[in-house]
Amino acid sequence: MFKSVLEGSAAAPDMMVMVNGVETPAWNGETVASILLRVPNVGRTSPVSGKPRLPYCQMGVCFDCLAVVDGIASTQGCLVAVRPGMRIDIQRGPREIAR
Amino acid sequence: MDADIIIIGAGVVGAALAYGIAKKGHKVIVLDGKDRDLRAARANFGLVWVQGKGSDTPAYTELTLQSSDLWPTFRQELAEAAGSRVDYSRRGGLAFCLSEADYQAREALLERTHNRQRQAYTEMLGRHALERMLPAVTLGNAVVGASYCELDGHTNPLQLYAALLAAVSTLGSQVRFRTPVTAIKPMSGGFEVDTLQGGVRARRVIVAAGLATPGLTDPLGLVVPLYAERGQILVTERLAPMLPLPASGLRQTSEGTMMIGATNEKAFDTGVTIQSAIKLAHRAQRIIPALGSVRLVRQWSGLRVLSPDKAPIYAESTRHAGLFAAVCHSGVTLAAAHAAIVGPAMAEGQLPQNLAAFSNGRFDVQKCA
Repeated sequence: MFKSVLEGSAAAPDMMVMVNGVETPAWNGETVASILLRVPNVGRTSPVSGKPRLPYCQMGVCFDCLAVVDGIASTQGCLVAVRPGMRIDIQRGPREIAR
Repeated sequence: MDADIIIIGAGVVGAALAYGIAKKGHKVIVLDGKDRDLRAARANFGLVWVQGKGSDTPAYTELTLQSSDLWPTFRQELAEAAGSRVDYSRRGGLAFCLSEADYQAREALLERTHNRQRQAYTEMLGRHALERMLPAVTLGNAVVGASYCELDGHTNPLQLYAALLAAVSTLGSQVRFRTPVTAIKPMSGGFEVDTLQGGVRARRVIVAAGLATPGLTDPLGLVVPLYAERGQILVTERLAPMLPLPASGLRQTSEGTMMIGATNEKAFDTGVTIQSAIKLAHRAQRIIPALGSVRLVRQWSGLRVLSPDKAPIYAESTRHAGLFAAVCHSGVTLAAAHAAIVGPAMAEGQLPQNLAAFSNGRFDVQKCA
């Protein structure tokens, strides 16, 4: 996994977010995709092949950074900045929409 | 001669004809235009559709039925020849009716078509029957019912198109991309087709160039009347399976995306508009309100290739035997018939009697006062 350049530096985390239920430090300006790249087992699985995926394009095109963010599935992680207390959960398979 | 047959246009029509002809052992050269030419084959919705087709042209209904029945075998053989996947399912199809008036108009249209059909295969379903058929969906209040045709199906049109092009090459024929044709010249024993990359010769020529067809055939006296109609389509993110069968204007692909289509517009470019996106999204939401929370990922448009009566044109030049035109709107539905029937017939130089109804001559009627 990647490591943030700010991890272990003098810059204290700006906030805590919940990643798969675990409190995780995060910094202002960081995207959800960045979290997916540095925390194990949050990357989605493809609804077509079932294979694991991680963020790729970082610009809203490839859809490989989808995650469940604050309960909303299929959120494009690279387009969303972290907020204090945000819940980020792994998305397995396609989004289920309410009936 | 460079080939037995030259096909001008490597869209889904030209590619299906080429595949069918190459399968019979003829050598085909398919000449395709520039990358930015109009490409209906890349904008298609993907229905393999029977209901409502040819309500005013019985021969078109018959050909559609035939192609729909040929599709399962066609798909299987094509996937094997190309060595690639072509998603296809045939569990019937729906056309939703969003008002009583809509429902009655649909019923009347089907009755009119039924009068001439071999058998009744389309029925009207009320809301309750529809709900039983779609257990994973909560229908909007506007949905009165739907027409249901057990013969309808759907495919992935891009997989179909790629497989056709691959199979043509596998069968020893050739597709030449970025080889725009400038003129067709009759010569003794065949034709010379001028392209920006030089001339190509063959005994027979089929023009399957969609809306660009008249520009190539009209100068030789083979007049092919066509007009364009723009259709815009939306596609959503991937969703858990909810629609087990396709509907006119709403289908869920095997990957889970929801395709929403299509508009009918008088426009001559392949642009997209916000007004049409709103119209399409609104209708989809009236059918399935939960779609309101779903993200759209893409919007595109294509130009339909339509003849004055909307049925295909399969014609041979009366002045230059061996010069054919093959143009239609339903290139996906008719792909199986193009490969099995129309292509081989043109390759043999003889359009059979049951395709006579599709001649361009049907439009040559004097206008009366």
